[in-house]
Amino acid sequence: MTIGLDHYLAVAAILFTIGVFGIFVNRRNVIVILMSIELILLAVNINLVAFSSFLHDVVGQIFALFVLTVAAAEAAVGLAILVTFFRWRGDIAVDDASMMKG
Amino acid sequence: MTPPAHLIALAAPQLLLAGASLGLLMVGAFRPRALNLVAGLGVASLAAAAGLALIGPPGQAFASDLVADRGAVFAEIVIYLASAAAIVLGQAWFARRGQARFEFPILILIAALGMGMMCRAGDLLSLFVAIELQSLSLYVLAAFEKGDGKSAEAGLKYFVLGALSTGIMLYGISLIYGFAGSTRFDQIAAAVAHGASGGVLVGLVFLICGLGFKVSAAPFHMWTPDVYEGAPTPVVGFFAGAPKLAAMVLLARVLTESFGPALAQWRQVLVVMAILSVAVGALAGLRQSNLKRLWAYSSIASIGYALIGLAAGGAEGVQAMLVYMTLYVIDVTGFFACLAALAREGRPLERFSDVAGLVRERPGLAVAMTVFALSGLGLPPFSGLWGKFYVFKAAISAGLAPAAVIALIGSVIAAYYYLRLVKVMWFDASEGAVDPPPWRPRASPTAPRSSSSRWSSSRWRPSIRRPAPPPWPWCADKRSHASDERTRLETHPSRTGRRRQPRRRRRRPSHGRRDGPGLPGDRQ
Repeated sequence: MTIGLDHYLAVAAILFTIGVFGIFVNRRNVIVILMSIELILLAVNINLVAFSSFLHDVVGQIFALFVLTVAAAEAAVGLAILVTFFRWRGDIAVDDASMMKG
Repeated sequence: MTPPAHLIALAAPQLLLAGASLGLLMVGAFRPRALNLVAGLGVASLAAAAGLALIGPPGQAFASDLVADRGAVFAEIVIYLASAAAIVLGQAWFARRGQARFEFPILILIAALGMGMMCRAGDLLSLFVAIELQSLSLYVLAAFEKGDGKSAEAGLKYFVLGALSTGIMLYGISLIYGFAGSTRFDQIAAAVAHGASGGVLVGLVFLICGLGFKVSAAPFHMWTPDVYEGAPTPVVGFFAGAPKLAAMVLLARVLTESFGPALAQWRQVLVVMAILSVAVGALAGLRQSNLKRLWAYSSIASIGYALIGLAAGGAEGVQAMLVYMTLYVIDVTGFFACLAALAREGRPLERFSDVAGLVRERPGLAVAMTVFALSGLGLPPFSGLWGKFYVFKAAISAGLAPAAVIALIGSVIAAYYYLRLVKVMWFDASEGAVDPPPWRPRASPTAPRSSSSRWSSSRWRPSIRRPAPPPWPWCADKRSHASDERTRLETHPSRTGRRRQPRRRRRRPSHGRRDGPGLPGDRQ
């Protein structure tokens, strides 16, 4: 059995689903949400690189490099905001982010 | 092969903004006290970028990563001017609260750079980079107000849902790239010209969902009210205007340029999102008592109207969307400019009861806010009417009459809360005086716990400070519990804003530098 494009796409789809579920199901910790976001972006990268190799087109790999870079910037900004939040609330549980409702 | 001078002329506004933001960051890093210099140069470079966009040549650059056409240039100029207004408003607002920092104008500049690139993106790669450039600075701006837990929470919520929407959008982009074989809009259009494959359509749906998050269209709107409530007032005025316009222009370009042949497929998605947005914006706005939440729902509804214009398809629909969004940017910027100019005891106005009876104290601002609210509603003499008129005209000529009728009903329902705002400002009893403008000397406070005996009677001017009598008897009993609520709000240490008074300053010399109520241990 050879590993084709479908297998890569299936792995990426599973990772993407796990990431989305991780954001919505997790009620404990905001750090887990950050990890789920990374998982989603990595699923996208697998997709892009698999398509790039399948299409013999280099754009997908360049795109994956951009995604990696932006993911790093996003993690930095997210952690900075999380630190501000922690200083105020003293906790990073997801359920704590509930000052505003309605 | 285009010559490099042409490329530079085409990308001049973006190059100028990128250079200006980096240069101002250096200025701010070495001279952190030069706040007015940084803000002034930021406004100047935004104005210069708008001018360069106006005189720049049309065309494409960098393998069509950057496209300059008339629609893009129009939206870009509106965005740069709205960003310049946000710098002016925000810097003055933060300075009054003792929180002015040089990062604010630079973050707005970077966001404006991202939004300008969003208007000009001609490739999925530049689309992604532009959106991230804009989003990352907006996340920080939402959490910008130090010493306010709501602001940090707003930033956190905005970040989590924004990052999720980015992920969804990227997944769609990867599917489109794989099944259409390219990331360039014109090549995608060539690939889907003879019917789009299933993979491309799935990718398109993901892409529309991701962009729907960014414009806060209805099934993806849940972050909007919380973020608007928590973010600082001038930042909300910025959020509700320019980024929405940029994302709508981007959506229009993706849909009409690269997926024009698949109009029948994406039109249904857009119409459903538009009707849901109008319904949510009109119905959920009815029970809001916070002005910023109210305008969050108002902006959700306005995105619904703009989406109806876009769903009409073709040049007429895009034009209607651009006119509508431009007029909405003016309305929302103006309204939040008025709201940011007002305060009670240094606390920003946020609730309906805060603006009660405003017309007797600050008639000019009250009239301006009335005009902006009625224009947002689309009442005849004001400009908002023309935005809705063009949208509905485009929708009806494209055969979307049922959607236009539903949107019209939604806007009649939404009239309730705009008119309620006008009624509260003009006819209700006020609950104590609003603060005088910053250029006028500050009179002594009226709060009951303040030690007014320490103040000389020459500075005590009861004629302006006394609340105006209610014009009608049934308004009279509202005053007592309204002032109760104010006292309760002011017990919160960082929101009182009484730092400018000499007694407090002596007791707490480190004003404006506190991060929160204290360490986690002393929370209760």
